Amino acid sequence: MIADFIQYDFLRYTFLTGILIGIIAPLLGTFIVVRRLSLIADSLSHVTLAGIAFGLMMEKLLLITFSPLYSGMAFSVIGSIGIEKLRSVYKNYQELAIPIILSTGVGLSVIFISVANGFNTDLFGYLFGSVSAVSQNDFLLIFSIFIIVVGIITIFYKELFTLSFDEEHATISGIHTKRIHLLFIVLTSLVIAASIRIVGVLLVSALMTLPVAAAMRISKGFKQMMLLSILFGEISVIIGIVSGYYLSIPPGGTIVMIAVTILLLSIGYKRSRKSTNEMREA
Amino acid sequence: MSEPIVTMNNINFTYENKPILKKVNFEIPKGKFMGLVGPNGGGKTTLIKLILGLLKPDEGEIKLFNTPIEKFQHREKIGFVSQKANSFNAGFPATVFEVVSTGLTAKLGYFKFMKKSHREQVLAAIEMVDMLDYAFENIGNLSGGQQQRVFIARALVNEPELMILDEPTVGVDQGNVKRFYELLDKLNKEQQITMLLVTHDTGIMTEYATDIVCLNRTLHFHGNPEEYSSLSDEDLSLFYGHPVTTIAHEA
Ligand SMILES: Nc1ncnc2c1ncn2[C@@H]1O[C@H](COP(=O)(O)OP(=O)(O)OP(=O)(O)O)[C@@H](O)[C@H]1O
Ligand SMILES: [Mg+2]
Repeated sequence: MIADFIQYDFLRYTFLTGILIGIIAPLLGTFIVVRRLSLIADSLSHVTLAGIAFGLMMEKLLLITFSPLYSGMAFSVIGSIGIEKLRSVYKNYQELAIPIILSTGVGLSVIFISVANGFNTDLFGYLFGSVSAVSQNDFLLIFSIFIIVVGIITIFYKELFTLSFDEEHATISGIHTKRIHLLFIVLTSLVIAASIRIVGVLLVSALMTLPVAAAMRISKGFKQMMLLSILFGEISVIIGIVSGYYLSIPPGGTIVMIAVTILLLSIGYKRSRKSTNEMREA
Repeated sequence: MSEPIVTMNNINFTYENKPILKKVNFEIPKGKFMGLVGPNGGGKTTLIKLILGLLKPDEGEIKLFNTPIEKFQHREKIGFVSQKANSFNAGFPATVFEVVSTGLTAKLGYFKFMKKSHREQVLAAIEMVDMLDYAFENIGNLSGGQQQRVFIARALVNEPELMILDEPTVGVDQGNVKRFYELLDKLNKEQQITMLLVTHDTGIMTEYATDIVCLNRTLHFHGNPEEYSSLSDEDLSLFYGHPVTTIAHEA
């Protein structure tokens, strides 16, 4: 079944990209989930869509070819900084930043898309992911993002963990919480941009959160949860891409449904363990 | 006279036009075990936030270890335990070991990794609070009193010279409150850690504290436990009674 993925260049790049985002999406996702920032990922993915639509529009208007992934990435990073600015403006209503940025993202997308003369198959691929969309150039960009994200998380792991566990304590002990947080948000925007080709705008936050939600139920400690999330993320991506290809379904859908299945299994596993324990105790 | 660890000179602090602290003067000499008491809303937590640098006074000067707070660089010398048993996210998926390690983050500094010696330090701090059996349990699975011990260990792992505790025993049962004070007493006597403890349990606190301070917007009393115990009910109702009349009385 995997043969096609080795034989055809475009499939190979898709597959390799999948393996990379199967690592970095849940890796950042663990911090996003424990810090209750899941909705930020969702709004950033919509800003990325605006960036991609902008890229597609420029392609059409100026007849140049460049990967809209670059403009998507730029918008995502700008959006992440915008969210932080808004959060400091509305100190007591920080969640307001999310609908503001999300609706701006969708609004801009609609405008750019209509100027570019409406929907086309390209755009469909960006919404739900595509197995045939990753070019060699895209792959190299995503690979660089992978290196940056894994490197920075490794270097700042202890600061990120300390900040996530107890922000007040981190501030008191002298960690530059604002800067670390900004770094984290920018990394999130990069991972979203990297994941969009495979899972699509609408499902990217699912790949960041569902494997973590599953791992959280059954792991001891944060590191174990992180590793388990990556394992679940990888399983979802690999099975999702291969089955999506053979069933001609956009991989975003299949990947997320595998992740949902894993989540349900982990909930069931915990339940059954609990009831056997209770039976034993009774 | 031993070296002052915390000095506050004429501190005034206002929250959005609401005066909270007025002309607060006080000093904690090294090695003391200071109990800070006062009515709800009296400004105890505010005072602590000023010492921790989370808030800035409108007027007055704060010194830590004889250095003006703006120039103070050694935050790791201060261990802080807040009222976490109530406010912390109980579902957070971290082990006791991981939580206590966060105490070392700032001291280690950026671009440094935990080494074996640091892991041993973390385990030693966990042992000091008698939680070694739970080192690799998720913090969310522990009782409130056990969690509070973990937070003490997180403060201890830096070998602080000053520990500040804001109502650390809320929600902890009687027997464990006693054990908790014994632990603080041991740290104070054996390791010369200066203690600043906010509490409403004046009964048990007077058994262990060397100094007691009453704060209700301004300092109303500063003395040793014997002096505190010999205060008349009238004096006490002045401190605790109605903050409004207290302020009016002063003006
Ligand atoms: N963030 C804030 N903004 C405005 N006012 C505040 C804020 N935090 C506290 N206050 C006010 O400051 C006063 C002192 O509060 P503080 O928390 O210092 O009291 P406390 O002595 O610690 O009380 P308790 O015993 O209830 O913990 C209170 O009247 C409170 O309403
Ligand atoms: Mg308080």
